[in-house]
Amino acid sequence: MTTAVVTGTGVVAPNGLGTEEFWSATLRGENAITPIDRYDTALFPSRLAGQVRDFEAAGHLPSRLLPQTDRMTRFALTAADWALADAALDTGEADRTGLGVVMAAGAGGFDFGQKELQNLWGKGPDHVSAYMSFAWFYAVNTGQISIRHDLRGPTGVLVAEQAGGVDAIAQARRALRGGARAVLTGGMESSLCPYGMAARIAAGRLSTRDDPRRAYLPFDPDADGHVPGEGGAVLVLEDESRARARGATVLGEIAGYGTAFDPPPNSGRPGNLGRAAELALTDAGLTTDDVDVVFADADGSAERDSAEAETLVRLFGPYGVPVTAPKTMIGRLCSGGAPLDVVLALLALREGVIPPTTGVTPGHPLDLVRDRPRPFDGTTALVLARGNNGFNSALVLRGRGKDLK
Amino acid sequence: MSELTLSRLVDILRECAGEDEAVAAEGQDIGDVELEYLGYDSLAVMEAASRVKREYGVELPDDALAEIRTLNRFVGAVNEALASAAAQRSA
Repeated sequence: MTTAVVTGTGVVAPNGLGTEEFWSATLRGENAITPIDRYDTALFPSRLAGQVRDFEAAGHLPSRLLPQTDRMTRFALTAADWALADAALDTGEADRTGLGVVMAAGAGGFDFGQKELQNLWGKGPDHVSAYMSFAWFYAVNTGQISIRHDLRGPTGVLVAEQAGGVDAIAQARRALRGGARAVLTGGMESSLCPYGMAARIAAGRLSTRDDPRRAYLPFDPDADGHVPGEGGAVLVLEDESRARARGATVLGEIAGYGTAFDPPPNSGRPGNLGRAAELALTDAGLTTDDVDVVFADADGSAERDSAEAETLVRLFGPYGVPVTAPKTMIGRLCSGGAPLDVVLALLALREGVIPPTTGVTPGHPLDLVRDRPRPFDGTTALVLARGNNGFNSALVLRGRGKDLK
Repeated sequence: MSELTLSRLVDILRECAGEDEAVAAEGQDIGDVELEYLGYDSLAVMEAASRVKREYGVELPDDALAEIRTLNRFVGAVNEALASAAAQRSA
């Protein structure tokens, strides 16, 4: 029986580069949502974002890779380097057909694509980069990571908006069950360029407020939508027995996964987030009684917040389990969001402290961990993620608590 | 139009496809080194050919590009095309 464990993490987030920076900033409750400063936002109704700061790609990657990569791919390649280093996994000596990559993607390389469209219509077809052939594409992060480290095992890309980050990790676990030795997985996004923001604005879920403290308030009666962000995480997943045999440090286990698509709009039937959570618990061989903390999807719209809160109350009872949504500090990162929640959940279980939800006064019967970290003694976390237009996915994680020596 | 030089081609490749560690290490003696060894794949060559077309007005057909294995061969192909275009003009 395969037990999928996380042995390394690499993070690029608006509130920190690297897992440790991200973790400590999140515990401090630092709000990284700011006005978008990379283009003139005057024509756009939504002007805030969680922007990654101080990321100098040339300091992390060979210059050979820069002309052919979108910002999200530079993040992904850097985070993959960090995750491999954290796992102390030597990709050089192993049979490379056992090393895979499964990343989630939501937007693709929009910034790169926008620039080439500008070249096409502004200067002419001779000015479009040959690298446009793949740099914008959903699968490009998977491909570039695999090429850079010569990983020749199972690869894939999952596209399910914010839920995709959970689905990719589950697909990586399947690859381990199929015999892969290690799989890099997660999700990475950056589409805060004008074209990317036009797409997000058209989806109709962004807050139009200009106050970074009042724009993204999930579960709050004053909720106004969400703020987008960029970044994400790459994880190294391995089978536990192999990881232990090579002396790797095990951060925690991917114990269960569930996914369930919503009924059609206007069907009158409720959404399937709860079903995804129940499937994940069943898959893990656990019940709601075993869950010590929930990392909520935290959409930030009244209707979807109510749906999630009702689901949590149905599963756990009113105020029945600690709930948190540290993404209030960085925004919703599309496919990068859930992998960051997974990193936080694993660290929460390891360190015995739940990172907070910031700035929110909840209007639902939820035990929301607010503004300050809360010590706890838990072994099991549930991570929820919903993607636009019906995707629901859930992951059950088990940490290195007292039951898991 | 002046001829394409090796150093100008190296600059073009550096601008449009980045610089591999091998290019910096080899310095100026890279004209006959295999492009693949320098870290430049077929897309890098296509990208450079597109810049050369804009700068020098010479288009190398795809099958000719596919045959190019070294920077010197690239420079030679461009300059041969320039010379033949000039010959046609003066004929």
